[in-house]
Amino acid sequence: TSAERANLAGVRHIVLVLSGKGGVGKSTLSTELALALRHAGKRVGILDVDLCGPSIPRMLRVQDSAVHQCDSGWVPVFVGQDKAIALMSIGFLLERPDDAVVWRGPKKNALIKQFVTDVAWGELDFLIVDTPPGTSDEHISTVEALRPHQLLGAVLVTTPQ
Amino acid sequence: AEAAELRARLRAVRHTVLVLSGKGGVGKSTFSALLAHGLAADETKQVALLDIDICGPSIPKIMGLEGEQVHQSGSGWSPVYVEENLGVMSVGFLLSSPDDAVIWRGPKKNGLIKQFLRDVDWGEVDYLIVDTPPGTSDEHLSIVQYLSATRIDGAVIVTTPQEVSLQDVRKEINFCRKVKLPIIGVVENMSGFVCPKCKNESQIFPPTTGGAEKMCQNLSVSLLGKVPLDPQIGKSCDSGQSFLAEAPESPATLSYRNIIQRIQEYCEQHHLQEEKIM
Repeated sequence: TSAERANLAGVRHIVLVLSGKGGVGKSTLSTELALALRHAGKRVGILDVDLCGPSIPRMLRVQDSAVHQCDSGWVPVFVGQDKAIALMSIGFLLERPDDAVVWRGPKKNALIKQFVTDVAWGELDFLIVDTPPGTSDEHISTVEALRPHQLLGAVLVTTPQ
Repeated sequence: AEAAELRARLRAVRHTVLVLSGKGGVGKSTFSALLAHGLAADETKQVALLDIDICGPSIPKIMGLEGEQVHQSGSGWSPVYVEENLGVMSVGFLLSSPDDAVIWRGPKKNGLIKQFLRDVDWGEVDYLIVDTPPGTSDEHLSIVQYLSATRIDGAVIVTTPQEVSLQDVRKEINFCRKVKLPIIGVVENMSGFVCPKCKNESQIFPPTTGGAEKMCQNLSVSLLGKVPLDPQIGKSCDSGQSFLAEAPESPATLSYRNIIQRIQEYCEQHHLQEEKIM
């Protein structure tokens, strides 16, 4: 739809951060990558599609933030020293941070699709997408939703063992 | 009828322990494997290890069973035996190559988990240990649902000391409460490192918010123990050997053994209480 296209139309490059394995530093790398790109003067956004274990808000010290909607969709939370990195995470939608998101695949897929197409990102040079471990619903849905857009590629994170 | 089938298959299982986290990479599979080895050291006990991490099944490698295949017989799928009294089942055994990605959505994963429980011929089992993937999703909901045909003694929840792990683990604790799954306790892995050369202790993953200890206090759950980092643990996992057997003198081995004993005591006590009620 034209609304879907609009929200990602201003995003020049989309980078997925993947692993397969948990606990190897995907969220850490996503955060540092975003901060480094910002430092280099780029316009950056982060999309956290780890629905069960959203780590990015705490890493950027915005775990207590709430999100709002505008005419074109969800307004991201602006983070970083100059409040210029746009962040969207399901962490922001939880009433209490300790609430578990105990959802089966279909419900997760619906939310991911919404995240991808309903966030008013504006003009970005880079959108970094942080993912949970595995190769399941979140990954399939995210790639499907992002495919029509400028998907640059994936960075894979691992540890030595 | 399906529920009756599951009940029949699981009737011969005395104790069931789920190993959960919420956070990935904290040592669930490592712990599940060592728990299985530790319990199976008693040759009179029959131990079963079920790996329901369908996307990232680590148990075959950790147990030294990579490349093994599953055989079918009249009585169902046969687990792969590490010892006579220690049988293992994992989706890893069903893959033609270890690098094959299992890219399945929830419903298909649920189907396989149900099949594991319904079709694997475990025989008489004293302890069924279930290793899970990180998160609180299909696999976790399904295993709790399907295992309601038997009694789950409880869950062991694994974490590491840092807040980024604890925040996911609190969610897992809430998940357990939500689905009325008893919590045996929490294990804190990677809890400090003692250099074998200079004997200095370092906090590689500093517990900036009090670690598992504080979290357990706040949430009124038991802290089963803290296990220090030992590079031999990762090595043993990679080579498919039991760390407990390879490094019997390591402080980590001592911690693991204490924790395993506490879990055993919990299960036995549970059993006695149930028998009293009956």
